[in-house]
Amino acid sequence: MKILVCISVVPDTTTHIRFTDKMDALDTNGIQWIINPWDELALTRALEIREHPGSGVTQISVIHIGMKDTEPVIQKALAVGADSAYRVNHAPADSLEAASQIAEVVRKEPFDLVITGHDSADYNGSAVGEMLAELLGWASFSSISSLSVVDSVITLERESDIRSETIIAKAPCVVTIQKGIAKDPRIPSLRGIMTARSKQLTLVEPVKCAPLTHFVRFENPAPRSQCRMVDPSHVEELVNLLRNEANVL
Amino acid sequence: MDFQLTEEQKMIQQAARDYANRELIQDVLERDADSIYPAKHVKALADLGFMGMMVDPKYDGSGMDTISYVLAMEELSKVDASVSVIVSVNNSLVCYGLEEFGTEEQKEKYLRPLARGEMLGAFLLSEPEAGSDATSQHTLAEDMGDYYLLNGTKNWITNGNSASVYIVMAQTHPELKHKGINSLIVDRNSPGITLGPHEDKMGMRSSDTHSVMFTDVKVPKENRLGPDGFGFKMAMKTLEGGRLGIAAQALGIASGAYERALKYSKERKAFGTEIFNHQSVAFKLAEMYTKIEAGRLLCFHAAWLKDNGLPYGTASAMAKYHCAETAMWVTTEAVQIHGGYGYVREYHVERLMREAKLTQIYEGTSEIQKLIISRDIFSR
Repeated sequence: MKILVCISVVPDTTTHIRFTDKMDALDTNGIQWIINPWDELALTRALEIREHPGSGVTQISVIHIGMKDTEPVIQKALAVGADSAYRVNHAPADSLEAASQIAEVVRKEPFDLVITGHDSADYNGSAVGEMLAELLGWASFSSISSLSVVDSVITLERESDIRSETIIAKAPCVVTIQKGIAKDPRIPSLRGIMTARSKQLTLVEPVKCAPLTHFVRFENPAPRSQCRMVDPSHVEELVNLLRNEANVL
Repeated sequence: MDFQLTEEQKMIQQAARDYANRELIQDVLERDADSIYPAKHVKALADLGFMGMMVDPKYDGSGMDTISYVLAMEELSKVDASVSVIVSVNNSLVCYGLEEFGTEEQKEKYLRPLARGEMLGAFLLSEPEAGSDATSQHTLAEDMGDYYLLNGTKNWITNGNSASVYIVMAQTHPELKHKGINSLIVDRNSPGITLGPHEDKMGMRSSDTHSVMFTDVKVPKENRLGPDGFGFKMAMKTLEGGRLGIAAQALGIASGAYERALKYSKERKAFGTEIFNHQSVAFKLAEMYTKIEAGRLLCFHAAWLKDNGLPYGTASAMAKYHCAETAMWVTTEAVQIHGGYGYVREYHVERLMREAKLTQIYEGTSEIQKLIISRDIFSR
């Protein structure tokens, strides 16, 4: 079984987000880029599955749609254990563009299972996995909290407030994972870092695909109002503030 | 001149940072309080390749350059210098000496498992009456034909209990003074080795430090590093690299304290504003940052010289001197910026201050570094 993990490259989640002067794009100055944490979990789970004897997993590849400056982040995916990588040389404007580029690669390469994270920590589209499945005509399983592969049989679990589902999925399919699916993301070993360079990173030219969305303007969220401390003995004052200032009662 | 790190170097730096911030931080206060040896961290760091960082991959090392080693040491030391000193001793003092001066058989038997982290090493030079004056070795390695008979006491030995292999400096020809010293590879479980109690230290409390006593310990002749009488030269050569490791450690202690002080200064308010708006605090942070950056450049320069096969003894002495003094000053001021909070363990800076003190003392005191630097500049 061959697994493809889709990885977005996003700002480090501790980044102080700023926008350009025209407020129409992210100001990328000084940003440290990382693998989208959800996608990193997906990759970690794929690596865990392969280590299990009898999984039948023979290859784990990663794919990213982005420009050359994202390659150091792709190298990290290779350093932690992915066997090979694809970079589609394009900066996608929306989820459909990203899904279309991935679909084009998957049509040419025989992958059995594509895993994506629940969403990306930058634009939070939460759409690439489902769009990709639709474009490929594959089954799609979203919000998956457990994924295992034994003898190439894919078993999934999905939790909701009212029930827990166990699904036996048929390959090929797209699985979108949520938190809790894997242990902590892996730290690359020094040997892994040095061997990443010698792994195959295939550069793919993009196919034509018009984005369906464009960003008009970004706005910073309103600053949080200051916390007011109320003495525990002054309950009436607290009720008054909640009712007349916060308007929540 | 290129001040850019390579992508690999950045990844190594990030890997060390991730390990420190995810794993070391979790139990560092407890290990410090109770002097608990960080066995699980030493194993994990070995699995990641940090215990034989610069060893040639043909001996199962990671084959990294010295810049990468400096980066890793700084990141680990920002969080826990007790762990980074274990990494430093194994890399700089034990693996380096074996790889540089060992025979092929010695490398196969000792260097390979040390680089893989299956063995841990210790470097035994200091004695009760021979610290800075390392030429005055009282430990004797009597030549008995097929073997050396080792007798004496070594002090302040990092990894004293946890190591499985010792590199021991001992006198074979007292009449030749320092030219009679040999460097011997000694198996820790050899009959005749006893340990003193665990030293109850001011800082670096999680690393195990012991005195080690040798009573009629037989060491095979093939365990001598280099030719007869080469031990002192070997030790001094090895310490050049060791100093760079400790310089990077001191740099990490300083930058760890600085980062905590900077963060605190943006959160803590006094007189109606965050305290970094007060010039007395802002100038202190500016001075800290400048001294740390200068120290980083000194470390990188010494590492660059070493990687390019150029003499780096004075450069590493300058790096260690500057970084150790900077670490002591920065950590003291970081406690000051934190005020009362800085004096309690929960905020980490008092621990970093205790750790900083040792960097001015071990692997050559600040005074010894100045001696090395002054002798060099006067000889030009």
